Amino acid sequence: MSDATETHCPYCALQCGMGLRPADGPVPVTVVERPAFPVNQGALCGKGASAAAVLAPGARLTSPLVRVDGELRPASWPQALDRIAAGLAGTAERYGRDAVGVFGGGGLTNEKAYALGKFARVVLGTSAIDYNGRFCMSSAAAGGIRAFGVDRGLPFPVADIPRAGCVILVGGNPAETMPPFVRYLRELKENGGRLIVVDPRRTRTAELADLHLAPRPGTDLALALGMLHLVVADGRTDEEFIAQRTTGWPETRDAAMAHWPEHVEAVTGVPLPQLREAVRLFCGAPTGMVLTARGPEQQAKGTDTVSAWINLCLATGNAGRPYAGYGCLTGQGNGQGGREHGQKADQLPGYRKLDDPAARAHVAAVWGVAPDSLPGPGRSAYELLESLGGEVRALLLMGSNPVVSAPSSTRIAERLGSLDFLAVSDVVLSETAELADVVLPVTQWAEETGTMTNLEGRVVLRRKAVDPPEGVRSDLEVLRALAERLGRPEGFPTEPEEVFEELRRASAGGAADYAGISYPRIAAEDGVFWPCPEPDHPGTPRLFLDRFATPDGRARFTAVQHRPAAEEPDTDYPLRLTTGRVLAQYQSGAQTRRVEALNQAAPGAFVELHPVLAERLGVREGDRVAVVSRRGRTVTPARLTAAIRPDTVFMPFHWPGEANANRHTNPALDPVSRMPEFKACAVRVEAAD
Amino acid sequence: MTATETRVVVVGGGMAGHRVAQQAAGRGREVLLLGEEEHRPYNRVLLAEVLAGRFPAEVAALAALPDRVERRTARVVRIDRAERRVLCDDGSAVGYGDLVLATGSNPVLPALRGLFDDRLTGRERHRLPDGVFAFRTMADCADVDAYLPEVRQAVVVGGGLLGVSAARALAARGVSVVLAHQGEHLMERHLDAEAARLLAGHLAELGVEVHTECRVRSVLTDGGRRVTGVELADGFRLEAQLLVVAVGVRPRTNLAEAAGLTVRRGVVVDDRLTTDDPHIHAVGDCAEHRGVLYGLAGPALAQADVLARVLGGEDAAYPGSRLLTRLTLNGGSPLDLAAFGVTAPAGPADRVVRLADASRGTYRKVIVRRDEQGGDRLVGGVLLGDLDTVGTIAGTWEGDEALSAHPLHLLTTQSSTTGGPSR
Repeated sequence: MSDATETHCPYCALQCGMGLRPADGPVPVTVVERPAFPVNQGALCGKGASAAAVLAPGARLTSPLVRVDGELRPASWPQALDRIAAGLAGTAERYGRDAVGVFGGGGLTNEKAYALGKFARVVLGTSAIDYNGRFCMSSAAAGGIRAFGVDRGLPFPVADIPRAGCVILVGGNPAETMPPFVRYLRELKENGGRLIVVDPRRTRTAELADLHLAPRPGTDLALALGMLHLVVADGRTDEEFIAQRTTGWPETRDAAMAHWPEHVEAVTGVPLPQLREAVRLFCGAPTGMVLTARGPEQQAKGTDTVSAWINLCLATGNAGRPYAGYGCLTGQGNGQGGREHGQKADQLPGYRKLDDPAARAHVAAVWGVAPDSLPGPGRSAYELLESLGGEVRALLLMGSNPVVSAPSSTRIAERLGSLDFLAVSDVVLSETAELADVVLPVTQWAEETGTMTNLEGRVVLRRKAVDPPEGVRSDLEVLRALAERLGRPEGFPTEPEEVFEELRRASAGGAADYAGISYPRIAAEDGVFWPCPEPDHPGTPRLFLDRFATPDGRARFTAVQHRPAAEEPDTDYPLRLTTGRVLAQYQSGAQTRRVEALNQAAPGAFVELHPVLAERLGVREGDRVAVVSRRGRTVTPARLTAAIRPDTVFMPFHWPGEANANRHTNPALDPVSRMPEFKACAVRVEAAD
Repeated sequence: MTATETRVVVVGGGMAGHRVAQQAAGRGREVLLLGEEEHRPYNRVLLAEVLAGRFPAEVAALAALPDRVERRTARVVRIDRAERRVLCDDGSAVGYGDLVLATGSNPVLPALRGLFDDRLTGRERHRLPDGVFAFRTMADCADVDAYLPEVRQAVVVGGGLLGVSAARALAARGVSVVLAHQGEHLMERHLDAEAARLLAGHLAELGVEVHTECRVRSVLTDGGRRVTGVELADGFRLEAQLLVVAVGVRPRTNLAEAAGLTVRRGVVVDDRLTTDDPHIHAVGDCAEHRGVLYGLAGPALAQADVLARVLGGEDAAYPGSRLLTRLTLNGGSPLDLAAFGVTAPAGPADRVVRLADASRGTYRKVIVRRDEQGGDRLVGGVLLGDLDTVGTIAGTWEGDEALSAHPLHLLTTQSSTTGGPSR
């Protein structure tokens, strides 16, 4: 272990600790256990264990590519950077600064996310910046801020979860998406705690549950309201907590009472006795937690759905005390930190609001610019992508693959294709990079240092373990070089720690305050939980114990009502499609589809159908079937399983082309979070010729 | 008068009217809601729970309406279609752009001797004896509640959904209850004899004595017109200080009828919840859609939502609802019941699949009909005591799909989780 570099996994938001030991051969390091890191205690999933394979020379880009005569051809770095600078500047000159867009990613380190936001606001002067985290946990973020005044995925360490009395996990499948997390669910059960899983599919995670509720996709909101109704009807509210620590209860109670259990049963398809049992387990336990993931969040009513689950916690006194509360299982590696430091359309570093004059003044002072020079809030991710080729005519894209991951992906690929200029900085030649005018090969996780903030709000340090191959530069170097070419050489350091020091100052006093966090502290303490306003502040593993982060210190109920999905099944499209992930692949697959072992485990897309539905359609296991929606058509093999509702089909979304599930995704947006409706749309299934 | 000519006027402050007002206002329409009841609108579905003392009446209140909905307490006496206005009993006239009738229904009062006092005239003649109540409104609920301290024994007339709910609620309050039902078994519209027998058994455990084929002939009162009991058709007398009459409801259609709109059993509406006057709409218990009167809250809300979209200028249509009738008898171990469609096979094309477990008191049955193409369709069923498959059954019934697998999968979770194609 002594010769291994202590770092973290390149994939999900758990940010498992791992060691990288130098190795001979094409893959320069070997992944080894790092048992001392508390979150995963050495355990890794197949993706993490095989992560080093992406460092192999064949898997990644090592030379910039520039489009010449319609083809991407190798070019020198100066050529590529000049071309990008000219592309961005030319567009700004012709169409205005807002015609230049920036699209970031939730996998970027805090330093890169911070630098990218600063680059957009200071160098490009554009309001058109957002990132793929909008497609991840933005509804949970909006719901959390609405209720608690701040958004941190989990307001407690993951190690608290096994000490709760009852955990309701809504629309999450960590057994496949975040396997090392499952140990906490097992511990919960060993401790005598109860686990309730809400999912339209009987997933590997649902198999672990004491109670599995399988609502129709898009009805989690009604389910939460039905539970709250029963809590009130059975007199199981915590009146003292409600009186002392919350506001807005009467309206919320009224809204819940309008969702009586038999009605909720009809809407969700969850039998009332199961709903009753869920309330009995949740309220009968000494403390309760609700954890949501993408299922309830990725809906056009995702924010209200999150609020409904938070309301259930507040009404039962399960918030602001140990081993209780609401949390979100963030998806992307830096989904948490990525949304805190300024690549979001409406935000500045430290989770500050871009339209708040005090926030603008603070950040402008750190950046050495006039507050008035900062652009205002811009479009959300889907709206930004939708405007490509229209209002936005040139785009710089870092660490994202929207051709596969964006909703209505066929249309988004067209939008990207209609740009005057597209530059992509990535590790691999992703499906989106294939459309670019310039592609920059950049360093990845083991080749660079930087901080990530995991789903607990713990800031961790990824360390460089190997030198990048020749021809590869870091995103920070790219931003610095572009800033120079665009006339602003100052303020873009290329050393990650130097960027972090500036980030500390920019975040100081904000909701996500990193001012007291430093690289040495992170290393010494196995990560530091924000907010941490001073170097001698211990950090904040548990939020809200004394007060919530609202002006009056009280948590806010939000009265919400159920509403149907933006697209409900009808005669032409009689089934619901929901999407998700599989164990051996990650997100758009740009990394994992280049790892042989993972492709063997999960070689391609499929569509999951219930045998009763399959028989009605005349489909057998393995048949190639077409899924057809108003937005597209996919063709994949059928996989028959009784673990799914007969009125619902499921597709994983990791693959491109005719297997790309996001061709179907309905870009109906949540009015608050601007989250598209990934988790429910109407389709039909037919034999593919 | 320009503003009044565009606004939506909703007549009736019950659930359907409240929902239309809320949703139409959310779509930018100015709304005036005319209701007869003074207190806040409430969720009628919860009346039995309030009566049972599970929670206070204010908990059953519906959410406050948005500011752009004006609320006025008034009784509408006439619709003036030519002038597009309604006239109220206080003499006022209210103009409308769109008129929504959400007048609900009235309880039916059976012809029982002694129910009305023939010696009196006018309104007084229709005053019920003290201690006799219909069970339809929150006011009824409050009246019964106020009366309860004097009650040891109660009789509920009518063994339908409402009567069963009322009887259970009274029993929960410690009253000894006799449920007198004229038909052969409880809830005949929804249940077969065996399910009804199990239901009666469960009610007995909750303190409700069920008498079927039992016709109440007269209401007995003391000198002060206070109820003392009932006399049955066979001359037997039951003592009671409280009598609840729950034999059915009748849509309130008199406004529509007087205005010359088409009324059959209810106010006839098309898929846009619109009557034969394009400016007049109807939803909820008073509306008849494709020949169906629902009389249930779920369809009333669904209709209200569609109508609000229509009023908002959207192209929306109500396709009808195929819901299960649901009954929950709360108590130590709650009893759940779901029923739908026909209660018995109608001929050789119908086939019955049943699973009954007498020791657990559960009963599951579906009736499947072979159609002309040789496919099977679900036409009716009952689940009592075990509702594990209620979601699957509801979905199949709602979708009216041809069944692919053996219908047993509708009754057991076992076959629905391990089954594969059987062809």
